[in-house]
Amino acid sequence: MNDGGALSALVCGVLFGYVLENAGFGSPKKLTAQFKLTDWSVFKVMFTAIVVAAGGLWLLKLAGLINTDQVFVPSALLVAAAIGGVLVGSGFAIGGYCPGTSVVGLFSGRLDALVFIVGLLLGTFVFAGLYGPAIEAVMAMGEIETGDTFTDAWNTPEWLIMAILCAALIGVYKAGTWFERRGQGPVTAQQAVAGASESTTAP
Amino acid sequence: MSHFNSPHTIKPFWQPLTAGVALGLVLLLTFLLTGHGLGATGASTRAAAWLGLGVAQTATEGNAYLGPMVKNGNPLSAWITWQVMGVAAGALAAAFMAGRFRVQLDGSCSVGTPKRVISALIGGMLAGFGARVAAGCTSGLGLSGAATLGIAAFVFLGTFFAAGLIANRLVKGL
Repeated sequence: MNDGGALSALVCGVLFGYVLENAGFGSPKKLTAQFKLTDWSVFKVMFTAIVVAAGGLWLLKLAGLINTDQVFVPSALLVAAAIGGVLVGSGFAIGGYCPGTSVVGLFSGRLDALVFIVGLLLGTFVFAGLYGPAIEAVMAMGEIETGDTFTDAWNTPEWLIMAILCAALIGVYKAGTWFERRGQGPVTAQQAVAGASESTTAP
Repeated sequence: MSHFNSPHTIKPFWQPLTAGVALGLVLLLTFLLTGHGLGATGASTRAAAWLGLGVAQTATEGNAYLGPMVKNGNPLSAWITWQVMGVAAGALAAAFMAGRFRVQLDGSCSVGTPKRVISALIGGMLAGFGARVAAGCTSGLGLSGAATLGIAAFVFLGTFFAAGLIANRLVKGL
């Protein structure tokens, strides 16, 4: 790997980590509050970021400034994506982090995030140990052959997908704010730094 | 530097809209610079291969999944490794600058230390295994894939949130 690659990786990584910590995503209390529906920051931040990045890529393509053939799109292996989603989502709710946010948790001083990362490595070893024709066959199931994006697979116009994403974004903010007003409100920085405790998580 | 731990100097988190726009712009920048998005488990998988090489070289080289990763030299020599080191540095800087750095075993006050260690370990194992099945995690597949309007990303995000909601109700959380 060349130095220019390492430099872009460091720059993008530093910005990524800086934003995630400032969003509060180093705190397992704040992250898991999304699944209790008392703090919708995870949905709000993720949906906003998806709309901004997808909208940016779309507009740059329309302007002829980029060629989307050069952008990596994950393969439409739907069974693998669905099983992986279930496992990563359960791991998030139980362990308090997803893989990326566990790095943010560790570097904001959280030792439980280090334990989560040890778990990540163990889970990878278990997967590698079991890896073979059976797992490969399951992972290959449910592939959409015609394409990896909605547009390639089913000719859905990109403006329509962008419009649906924008509508979903507004829905997430409206629903989130409604749920947050019913409860104690989003987890604050002070509560997050104090750590998850009985008094602040009692139902 | 005890004032870092003083509650009076803790700065609030960014508003979700601010953080979301910033995250989207960072992701867009990453796509423009490299052609791909941001990630995390690419690095932990390479770290697992690297550890395997040190502890059990023959088994790792012969493994169907990790073997190809260690064939061409150091498995850690990759873009994603540098990116995750950047995430660590960026998070550390943000936490220190906002007075939010505090060494703790987060969650031990609510469920006790042994339970917190076990839940973090099991959660990590589920996420580590699951990210290999999906060939990506919340960042690499969910966030980055959704920005390219990839179908797999939306399937992943749907089952991710559904499973998280259910698991949160079945297991006493933090």
